Amino acid sequence: MNSQPAVEFRQVWKTFHRHMGQLLLRSHFKRLLTWKDSVERFHALRDVSFQVEHGESVAVMGKNGAGKSTLLSLVAGLVPPDRGSVLVQGRVAALLELGSGFHPDLTGLENIHLNAALLGFSRKQTVARLEQIVDFAEIGDFILEPLRTYSTGMVMRLAFSVAVNLDPDVLVIDEVLAVGDSGFQAKCFDRILDFRRRGKTILCVSHAAGMVQRLCGRAIWLDHGELMLDGPIDLVACAYEGYGSAG
Amino acid sequence: MRNWSGDYWYLIENLVLKDFKIRYRNMSLGVFWSVLNPLVMMSVLWFVFTRIFPNRVPHYALFVMCGLVPFNVFTICWLNGTTSLIENAHLIKRVPVPREIIPVAAVLGNCLQLFAQVLLLLFLAAAATGIHRSWIWLLAIWPLEVLFVTGLALMFSALNVYVRDVRYVVESANVVLFWLVPIVYDFRWIPAKYHAIYAYNPVAAMVMALRNVLLDQTAPAATLLLKATLSSVAMFLLGWAVFRRLRPRFYNYL
Repeated sequence: MNSQPAVEFRQVWKTFHRHMGQLLLRSHFKRLLTWKDSVERFHALRDVSFQVEHGESVAVMGKNGAGKSTLLSLVAGLVPPDRGSVLVQGRVAALLELGSGFHPDLTGLENIHLNAALLGFSRKQTVARLEQIVDFAEIGDFILEPLRTYSTGMVMRLAFSVAVNLDPDVLVIDEVLAVGDSGFQAKCFDRILDFRRRGKTILCVSHAAGMVQRLCGRAIWLDHGELMLDGPIDLVACAYEGYGSAG
Repeated sequence: MRNWSGDYWYLIENLVLKDFKIRYRNMSLGVFWSVLNPLVMMSVLWFVFTRIFPNRVPHYALFVMCGLVPFNVFTICWLNGTTSLIENAHLIKRVPVPREIIPVAAVLGNCLQLFAQVLLLLFLAAAATGIHRSWIWLLAIWPLEVLFVTGLALMFSALNVYVRDVRYVVESANVVLFWLVPIVYDFRWIPAKYHAIYAYNPVAAMVMALRNVLLDQTAPAATLLLKATLSSVAMFLLGWAVFRRLRPRFYNYL
């Protein structure tokens, strides 16, 4: 449908500052007076370039702190890159920390509206999908109760249901397939597979290797912010595991 | 931000309703609390400035109320606007919503909550002096104050992300401002050489305009409205510019 890739990173650099208590006036003054640069920098991503075509599913592999979450935040548009460019086509739904837009004092229904609005949907679009969202989450009459009366599993199910049923073009998944009981997990996984069948783009991070290998055809491997390898998932997974045990 | 294209009004409506519902759902007396506070303040100030320091202002209780309500709208919106980005850090770090919506929604949400105080003021005015067609000017002066405080909220919420002490500066400024806005005294009592300080302060202008309309039942002076419009628009543009400038690095500091 579109000749441009769904996601494109061009020589992306992202640096974070570790500010040590720098958020108080006192430390701002101290820095001015001593001329000492207390800012510690670390590169979360170094010169990363890759493309994801429409309808492709790509896994991101790497150890903790390798830059996986930073990469997903850039795709989701939460932070701009410091250098290089990130281009994304279409609407992104990021399943990063599910339910972070939820409030415990609001009812399930109010939370659905709030979250849909946050994701960029209009009232009309939300109302049209309301039934589907509630059904999928298996919440039933609880939908009119405040969220604090829900079990953790119910909250997660509702959050997942909102994100998936709003039908984004690009789905970004960060370790969230541990949602609810195994029955619901299977249902989520089915929904994600269905999502892929309909030609949508998926980017995911997961340590559950089996699941990722069933979902994604391709993987990229990050280490200390650098792109180590980009290729078919079996190959990359093999190299990654080999590297881990060797090093 | 870049990836967010959506329905601004639906989002603002949801954020505003969220604040409103959360605040009042667990209160049995609800909005009554927001009306009780200015009533108590009004009674105390009326006692001090008519019984201890007598003055000859007619309808002194209403006179004070014309100062208290816009002052409350201003301080509450400014302070809550300032802390809004920090309080919604979890949203900003997880959803690419346009950041400026957060302080704007905080200001509008507090305006909605403070609308009860405005109704109280109008009710008192109607009881004391009656409804008058000059009230139509209220539709011009309230939006100016909201515009002004939105500019401040944009600017200070952005600054507060980088230096967390900013909210305490705002709190202190509000205490000082109570005496620098003609709330308990009349603008006409101020020596002429200090008038310039008040002319461009939209909160003071707001109080004076409200008194023109509700007590004297006349239209506010054109120069007063013009100056208040100028400073409100200027504040909003400045706040917007500061916000845009600081926005790209919010994520690192939240």
